[in-house]
Amino acid sequence: MRTTITVNGEARALDLDPRTTLLDALREQLRLTGTKKGCDHGQCGACTVLVNGARINSCLSLAVMHDGDEVTTIEGVGTPDRLHPLQKAFLTEDAFQCGYCTPGQICSALGMLAEVAADIPSHATPDVAAKAALTDEEIRERMSGNICRCSAYPQIVAAIRGAAEEMA
Amino acid sequence: MRPFTYERAADPQAAVKAAAETPGARFIAGGTNLLDLMKLEIERPQHLIDVTRLPLAEIEDTAEGGLRIGAMATNTAVAADRRVRARYPVLTQAIVSGASGQLRNKATTGGNLLQRTRCPYFYDTTKPCNKRQPGSGCSALEGISREMAILGASTACIATHPSDMAVALAALDAAVETLTPGGKARRFPLLQLHRLPGETPHLETHLTPGELITAVVLPPPPEGGQLYRKVRDRASYATALVSIAVAGGKLALGGVAPKPWRAAEAEAALAAGASPREALGAELASATSAGDNAFKISLAGRLGAAAIEEARAQGRGQ
Repeated sequence: MRTTITVNGEARALDLDPRTTLLDALREQLRLTGTKKGCDHGQCGACTVLVNGARINSCLSLAVMHDGDEVTTIEGVGTPDRLHPLQKAFLTEDAFQCGYCTPGQICSALGMLAEVAADIPSHATPDVAAKAALTDEEIRERMSGNICRCSAYPQIVAAIRGAAEEMA
Repeated sequence: MRPFTYERAADPQAAVKAAAETPGARFIAGGTNLLDLMKLEIERPQHLIDVTRLPLAEIEDTAEGGLRIGAMATNTAVAADRRVRARYPVLTQAIVSGASGQLRNKATTGGNLLQRTRCPYFYDTTKPCNKRQPGSGCSALEGISREMAILGASTACIATHPSDMAVALAALDAAVETLTPGGKARRFPLLQLHRLPGETPHLETHLTPGELITAVVLPPPPEGGQLYRKVRDRASYATALVSIAVAGGKLALGGVAPKPWRAAEAEAALAAGASPREALGAELASATSAGDNAFKISLAGRLGAAAIEEARAQGRGQ
């Protein structure tokens, strides 16, 4: 099926088997291998990308359903020469060991910070009618869809907190 | 994943028409549950009708003082809606206690209601499961039953319904609006959407094949406090062992039954002056255990009573 998806600002025309997930289209067709396949069932978050600004699991979405959408992957977040504040903070805080979950963690954190700014409550928000503050508890709860098998969680929370302060 | 054909529905009428005319057709919205099950070949649709671009994502005030939530409104959009947070906090609390941020951004209101059980034997295609393969048997009955139902189960199936959102909607007396395969609109109480398993656990709802959920309608908010409380094995991103939604005098339990469980016995007992503990006891008098899940009976009693007390204290503070 003919599908056009704008990936990291560039319109990409694809001809896809309808079974192709957004994750496989990014990795196998567009060769953007920064986005990782972990569990392939929406449980680990390694495949997290932003679609029209919102974070989703790209493994649980059909690419043909994203015709006309704007997708941002880790390759569109920053480059080795121009790191995004979140990428810098992950380095500074040593927020990974093997690094496999990191692209998903960073894309998820980007989406998550936008959700907090957009006044979206979470399970850690004491009063769901009020705007949430970016506490460590909020970061941990909102990032629960991203698993780090090396268990760098304290450093990941610190990196996100640090980057959020710099981005503010 | 088995091969399938794909189309994007132009409007709701075209969607139900395509579903009625195409063998093996299924609607797909967020896809977070359906695609997962398709990868495991537990779901094997021959044709997918994409309903995500239908104009059914609005959340609007009703003339009666309630809210109509379009079936395509995402879990995130509903949880974040200012009116929901102010007037139906139990619904926001329930939604944000389920799944992950990524999944809630995709999952829709209609799809959430139709998601399937997370019973490990339903997912394990090497094991018998009456829900997955009618007549093959229930592995959970004599298997690991820690997560299984204590209310409304049958000798054919003891799996639970995994939704948190639906538990809050059950307590709020929500209604479901649909479009039938013939293109007619109908509305019925949410409590009439799901079936109990009986001898046919593969039949989970009273929808006609090809019927499309278009909206969920909330009546005006009830008097009194509202609260959702959930106990699970992890602090986040896990289905409920037991949950409860309190909306004034209305109660619904999650994690304990094959459907969002409106606790009518407990409500009646409370209305007759029973204590919260006694009221939950009345509801749970008919509870059964398969062994490992016996703890859910006492847990539901304690969690339910504590949640009612907390909601009452909140209600008095209003």
